[in-house]
Amino acid sequence: MARIPIKVPTPLRGFAGGHAEVLVEGETVGALLRSLTETHPALRRHLLSPDGALRNFVSVYLNDKDVRTLARDQTAVRDGDVLSIVPAIAGGAPSGTMAPGATPREGGRAFTSEELRRYSRHLLLPEVGVAGQKALRNAKVLLVGTGGLGAPAALYLAAAGVGTIGLVDLDAVELSNLQRQVLYSTADLGRPKLEAARERLEGLNPGVTIVPHAGRLDSTNAMEVLRPYDLVVDGTDNFPTRYLVNDACVLLGKPNVYGSIYRFEGQVSVFDARRGPCYRCLYPEPPPPDLVPSCAEAGVLGVLPGVVGALQATEAIKILLGLGEPLVGRLLLYDAGTMSFRELALAKNPECVLCSPKATQKGLVDYLQFCGVAPPGAASPGVPEITPEELRDALAGEEPPLLVDVREPEEWEISQLSRAPLTIPKGELTERMSELTRARELVLYCRSGARSADAVRTLLELGFTNVRNLRGGINAWAERIDPNLPVY
Amino acid sequence: MRGLSVPSSLLEEMRGYARESYPEECCGFLFSSADRVELSPRPIGSVALAPNERVEERHRRFVISAEQLREAERRAIERGEVVCGFFHSHPDQPARPSRFDQDHAWPWYSYVILSVTAGDPSPEVGAFQLDPDRGEFVRVALATETTPPSVASGGA
Repeated sequence: MARIPIKVPTPLRGFAGGHAEVLVEGETVGALLRSLTETHPALRRHLLSPDGALRNFVSVYLNDKDVRTLARDQTAVRDGDVLSIVPAIAGGAPSGTMAPGATPREGGRAFTSEELRRYSRHLLLPEVGVAGQKALRNAKVLLVGTGGLGAPAALYLAAAGVGTIGLVDLDAVELSNLQRQVLYSTADLGRPKLEAARERLEGLNPGVTIVPHAGRLDSTNAMEVLRPYDLVVDGTDNFPTRYLVNDACVLLGKPNVYGSIYRFEGQVSVFDARRGPCYRCLYPEPPPPDLVPSCAEAGVLGVLPGVVGALQATEAIKILLGLGEPLVGRLLLYDAGTMSFRELALAKNPECVLCSPKATQKGLVDYLQFCGVAPPGAASPGVPEITPEELRDALAGEEPPLLVDVREPEEWEISQLSRAPLTIPKGELTERMSELTRARELVLYCRSGARSADAVRTLLELGFTNVRNLRGGINAWAERIDPNLPVY
Repeated sequence: MRGLSVPSSLLEEMRGYARESYPEECCGFLFSSADRVELSPRPIGSVALAPNERVEERHRRFVISAEQLREAERRAIERGEVVCGFFHSHPDQPARPSRFDQDHAWPWYSYVILSVTAGDPSPEVGAFQLDPDRGEFVRVALATETTPPSVASGGA
């Protein structure tokens, strides 16, 4: 039997009679360690787990080799060998993403038996457990937008027991929302979304606190609205708000769970400038205002935001639990048509004006101006307009104007303003200019007045003089002049 | 339980590592001269950054491998010092031990934890030691010296 010196590391010498080295007899590493802990029982709990295995953060070296690379416990020893016990050092911060200076988030009161039942499927997951569920209860998430993306995300976050959910939305529930915004029911039509959402979410889980933020999120209030939250789920449908949310998150050091949808395709990522790129790294400039149509203009497969919103909720919950690999530095692309997911690697832009060391932007800016769009409901500058009432009178008058419908063919089937307008989609206007007369006044219209304002601008640049835009589009006409027409 | 005496220059060095590593954790060694390490308060003679060997979750976890510790000890002995503890940062978290810290703590060593947030010029610092009887961390006094100790100053 070999007689081997075991070198005891400084922190454990107090448990080995103060010795730096202990001579022990045995034939294998396992036998030596057993003998050592029998002679000095106080060492046992520092070296071995309750089942007798070497603790994770203890390494044992036979001469210069870690025994884990040899035959572990069974490694044979000979006279002349030296065994060394070496600690590895591990540690880290408590779970969860917390506001600076906040108290640890896994704390708080014990769960009631009802809560234990409600969250039992989470509690069964070792990765969540009671500590993780408490972290969710103590977490605060802000949903910007409670539409297609925000609706499913809000439902899953509330169901998961995220303790505080803030909601930002201006709109009322419309019939055209119900094809995808599963948070609302037919009985909610006309109600403010915040009111309907709060009722539904509190009904789903009375244990969560819903904080409605009525009013528009803009540069004057975004920092204050976002500040109390741990992370933000971006479910916006417009670029000014998307840049605003990104910028405020970067400035406040918060993760921004981004999602966007277009017809059959979705994108998801986590922008966390502290450890990856931000939205501006990906898109330093917004697209021209008329290049990317909204869902209202382009249409969207109703279930698509359900998938994307649920992915956003997944990422939010992972971040709150400190679990898995978040989509930081990765852009997930989902195509419902081909039913495929792809992933693009996103790098931090070393020139980013907001989140790089060369950043020049230190605060929020005017996002409507940055994105080149007019405030919603505002008149389009430089575009002659006609109100629905004025148009009604003009159509009944001596020289009725010629109506030009610049919507897409799919939209013509939904509603028509008169029996025989000229129908030229906005994108074809320039090439089909010859179909337009200059002898009569032209009135252009679309769904809400935005696309047709651009079209009027185009015609004015092409030399047309007698052309006006129908303010508010065919929807305004339907609301104010012809209630038989559908609003969409 | 033994308090710590840390020259302010070394405190600033550790704060710098915490800021530079943000949003990930930084970690490293505390050294004391071999003949003064059992003094109370324990004088810290130098500190050194260690590579965080964690691959995942680096914003809230660190590991210093046994191999690294052996290497640091070898180098320390050459200049008359010993590894007497470790420092690490808690990005966006308070400067006190987490449950995970406690579960992986060793007796005798001194632990320094720095709380750091984005753009924070002066991370908060706390010093702790494991009470081996209770298996819990206790906070120990942290004295700051403005002049380096006479023995074994300088980095690793």
